[in-house]
Amino acid sequence: MIQNMMLRIALAQISTKLGDVPANLEKHLAYIRRARKAGARLVVFPELSLTGYALQDLASTVACRPVEDDPVFRPLLKASLVIDIAVGFVEEDVRNRFYISSAYLSRGEVVHVHRKVYLPTYGMFDEGRFFALGDRVQAFDTSFGRIGMLICEDFWHASPPYLLWLDGADLFLFMSSSPGRGLRTHPELDSARWVERVNRGYANLFTSFVVHTNKVGFEDGLNFWGGAMVFDPNGRQIAKGPNHEEALILAELDLNQLHRTRARLPLLRDERTALTQRELQRILAESSHTTNLR
Amino acid sequence: MVNVPSLLEINTDLARKILTSFLREEITRTGMARGVVGLSGGVDSALACFLAVEALGPANVLAVRMPYKQSSPDSLRHAEQVIQATGVKSLTIDITPMVEPLFSQIPSIDARRKGNVMARERMVILYDQSAEFGALVIGTGNKTEIMLGYTTLYGDSACALNPLGDLYKTQVRQLSRAMGVPEAIVAKAPTADLWSGQTDEGELGFTYEDVDRLLYLLVDERYSPEECVQAGFKKAFVERVVEIVRRNQFKRVLPPIAKLSHRTVGYDFLYLRDWGT
Repeated sequence: MIQNMMLRIALAQISTKLGDVPANLEKHLAYIRRARKAGARLVVFPELSLTGYALQDLASTVACRPVEDDPVFRPLLKASLVIDIAVGFVEEDVRNRFYISSAYLSRGEVVHVHRKVYLPTYGMFDEGRFFALGDRVQAFDTSFGRIGMLICEDFWHASPPYLLWLDGADLFLFMSSSPGRGLRTHPELDSARWVERVNRGYANLFTSFVVHTNKVGFEDGLNFWGGAMVFDPNGRQIAKGPNHEEALILAELDLNQLHRTRARLPLLRDERTALTQRELQRILAESSHTTNLR
Repeated sequence: MVNVPSLLEINTDLARKILTSFLREEITRTGMARGVVGLSGGVDSALACFLAVEALGPANVLAVRMPYKQSSPDSLRHAEQVIQATGVKSLTIDITPMVEPLFSQIPSIDARRKGNVMARERMVILYDQSAEFGALVIGTGNKTEIMLGYTTLYGDSACALNPLGDLYKTQVRQLSRAMGVPEAIVAKAPTADLWSGQTDEGELGFTYEDVDRLLYLLVDERYSPEECVQAGFKKAFVERVVEIVRRNQFKRVLPPIAKLSHRTVGYDFLYLRDWGT
């Protein structure tokens, strides 16, 4: 039986006020209304969309908890009664540790919270100084299918998308606040080109949908390049936002493409997880190749 | 040898878009809408002025010419060309009557010190004009001069924000040509214009093209000095530039504060300037 499997989603590539959660929340609610009006059933915001990115000592003061009586999440949960929402924020846990988190809200409930598992602390990045590491990578069920959500540096490593794929994710939501860098002769910065290549690669390797949102605007001298994108299970780009400009981008996902692509290319069927597990155990036991056992 | 010139090539459309957005957003988020640029007649300040006009509109940019009695007439003329081409508001303030009284009181003052005094006098004027015009001072220092410290601390390096500081001199020229900065300004020999015939390259003892290629490998590509020599640069040149870069680190950081408390500006009181905006 062929059902209508079209899913319209909205990618909100917004700029943010650094550390001004009420102002950013207001912008979220406006974009959610626009997305809903445009017929989207899911709207995806960038990493730390409620707070801005380079928070440094602001991290602890902008933190909140994704619960019903939280003043930031209350209006978002209400909005999620009519449209699913993926939003980025600073989470404070019950032991007062701070995480870079993303929450998936639907039908007035917090369906899933992902805490960033890779905190870049090198070069221009200093996340490990201010935030705690997340320690779970889990897919979750929604009314559109099973989703995996990652935050920026998480997908610069191959293992989190791989784990989500094995955990059943057919739709990957990647949420970034990616500072643009690497000006050469191409019309896009090196960092934007890298992200586009790997997102397309994940769509190809995992025969899945990959959705990427990224913040825009500036924080001091850092530019955030936006360029939201969606790839289908064949690795075809089916939506692309403008670079360096605020925008709400709509994308139509034909979920039946999963069926067609995987009938042609059964990479998931053939994936040898037991082999992976055996070899991983051996490699970790020998440990001479892997010094970092976190 | 590594083909560095091609690595220094930039997409000027993208640079233009990022730098004009940077100026517009970082100025307007402070609640202001205007910029002030000191126009020397050289390519850096010309480009800063072109970018500022594209970001803010000509009515919101004030270009200030600040000649000294020995300044080359070419400098004033080239600055005038920029003013005409961009349609900015402009102002000319002769710094001679401000700096001469100081020079006359200090018989031992040499050309270098005079140059620093003039650069700082120009900073005083720009900051005062920024208050008059309700604007921020837009910097004009490029990456080459920042790396080499070829700048006067609290003089020409002083600004509220700098669109050019991550572009090497040769990249400034590329972007300037793309934005229509008059060719006479782009092509002429860069000079601090402190005395007749002075040029940057004469004073530094190497050309911007050479030092940009070397700095690109050292800074951007993280080559070791030995690897730069292997890539074809003369050992003495590499060693000299490495030492100049190291010696001038003090010009690239805020003055260190002696730490006493648990929380000290510069070490563990960490906020971006855009805090709350």
